[in-house]
Amino acid sequence: MSHDTLPRRPLRTPRTPVTAAPTHRRRHWTRRPNPLAGLGSVVWLIIVIIPIYAMISTSLTRQDEALGNALDPPEHPTLENYNTVLHSGFGHLLANTVTVAAAVVAIVLVLCVPLAYVAVRTRSFWSGAAFRMFLLGVAIPAQAVVVPLYLMIAKLNLYDSLLAVILPTAAFAMPVSTLILTGTLRDISEELYEAMALDGASPTRMLFQLVIPMAKGGISTVVVYSALQAWNGFLFPLIFTQSDGPRVLTLGLFNYVSEFGVNIPALLASVVLSGIPIFAVYLVARRALVGGLMGVGGK
Amino acid sequence: MSSTVSTGTKGRPGKGVRAGRPHAAWALPGVLFFAFFAIAPMVLAFYLSFTKWNGLGDPEPAGLANWQKLFDDPRLTQSITVTVLLTVVSWTFQTVVSLLLGVWAAGRQRNRAVLSAIFFTPFLLSSTAIALLFYSLLDPNFGIIRGDTFGSTSGAFLAIVFVGGWQFIPFHTLIYQGGARQIPEVLYQAAAIDGAGRYRQFFSITLPQLRNTATTSSVLMIVGSLTYFETVLILTQGGPGTDTAILPYLMYEAGFKSYDFGYASAIASFLVVAATALSLLLVRLTGFGAMRSTREGM
Repeated sequence: MSHDTLPRRPLRTPRTPVTAAPTHRRRHWTRRPNPLAGLGSVVWLIIVIIPIYAMISTSLTRQDEALGNALDPPEHPTLENYNTVLHSGFGHLLANTVTVAAAVVAIVLVLCVPLAYVAVRTRSFWSGAAFRMFLLGVAIPAQAVVVPLYLMIAKLNLYDSLLAVILPTAAFAMPVSTLILTGTLRDISEELYEAMALDGASPTRMLFQLVIPMAKGGISTVVVYSALQAWNGFLFPLIFTQSDGPRVLTLGLFNYVSEFGVNIPALLASVVLSGIPIFAVYLVARRALVGGLMGVGGK
Repeated sequence: MSSTVSTGTKGRPGKGVRAGRPHAAWALPGVLFFAFFAIAPMVLAFYLSFTKWNGLGDPEPAGLANWQKLFDDPRLTQSITVTVLLTVVSWTFQTVVSLLLGVWAAGRQRNRAVLSAIFFTPFLLSSTAIALLFYSLLDPNFGIIRGDTFGSTSGAFLAIVFVGGWQFIPFHTLIYQGGARQIPEVLYQAAAIDGAGRYRQFFSITLPQLRNTATTSSVLMIVGSLTYFETVLILTQGGPGTDTAILPYLMYEAGFKSYDFGYASAIASFLVVAATALSLLLVRLTGFGAMRSTREGM
């Protein structure tokens, strides 16, 4: 088995006998360049780049010069806006968000790995029912449960704490995580399980010695996905927290709107700063993230 | 559905060795956790929709008052219209762009990795950050586009569609790219031998082969566009007037601005029913059973 991070579709009974040797290097089906598609992609590239460029250049502009066109490069580039943001409790917000993300990832992994393991390996009514529940769970909009959750959180005395953000965020990251992991675990070939079973391995030993090592790709995707969910979550923090203590980054950004008022350069500097940590994560875990996200649709 | 060649072994699935399969109870912690924080609140929302509650003290029974109010509320019709319109326009915009980009990116162009990385950048910013970015860039006194974008209904609406697309197209491009990579090369070779040109190949092979991918992407897109909450809250606050108040925003205002949680729960219940019905409908229409058929190989 190769350790390709791209989840492949499990081998079902093929309609035609498969004789082709496995190829990892796919040729493009037309070797001629496609000018129309190339043009389209360049247009989209411009649409993506302009706002990002405007954001970065404005965040480096002095506030008194910022009322020009956002597309002009800054005349006197300055880091003053970043200084303003960093002195407005940005570190505290970042620490809270990192805490939430780490906790969410831990909860999701501990709960979803066994779930996917059962969904793939256990043939029973209950395992199918559990899997289908999560399949439907993908469609539940978080907004729809925010009012009753607010009531539950208040009754559990969790209001205005980080836990109030962590628990629901983890729950809502579970459906997609379960789907990703199920897809990955299906790619582990039956023979490996059988070989271990013949050696008398218990399901627990299989989980730790076979499933987890073989599903590294899927697991790292789930880590990135659930961390992103926690990182981007806005609604739960908005509704379940209120004071400065448990405030997370997204909510902090939202508050900067009123705090900085017309200081658009500082506001954009805060947006840039909020993107830097996740960009670093992306650089490190790019393969896992991209491969796994592709797998979501490729099933 | 096509089978890709896997480097795994080519045997039929094993004849179900009973030994070494985990007990279904292993799934219990996850199921219970999810049931408590996602399923139970849905049921609770439905219950709360028959009560009157201002967020303090305990909910009091109110019968059908909230539902009556909901169906008499002119804002509901408007909100449903806006939500549907937003969903349809966003879906069209995002699907067309990400399908084309994804198929293109699945090929082997030079610099593809670099381009893919750039295409992916918007995905690295949170919805909140992206909404703030465009809030700044579309600011009437400052931004790229002069003039009051959010002052007119169509301007505000198109801004939301565009910002949503800018944010989510990278993700869906990836999904389509993954789908297009899994189409067996053989089909294209056969088509080329039969003399099918590039566009014929695209319409006769690529599109049909991407059906399941399109379903997955569309379900995520449609459910996602029901929830452009941050974008609406930051960019337009539902304005001008209530012209861009999508359902979740209407719910947020009813609950957390007017403290009418019973009414907010009625809107939320309505939203759950709508989202679930939509997903089921999509699954039915497009044979999303692909998700389940992968379970056959167990």
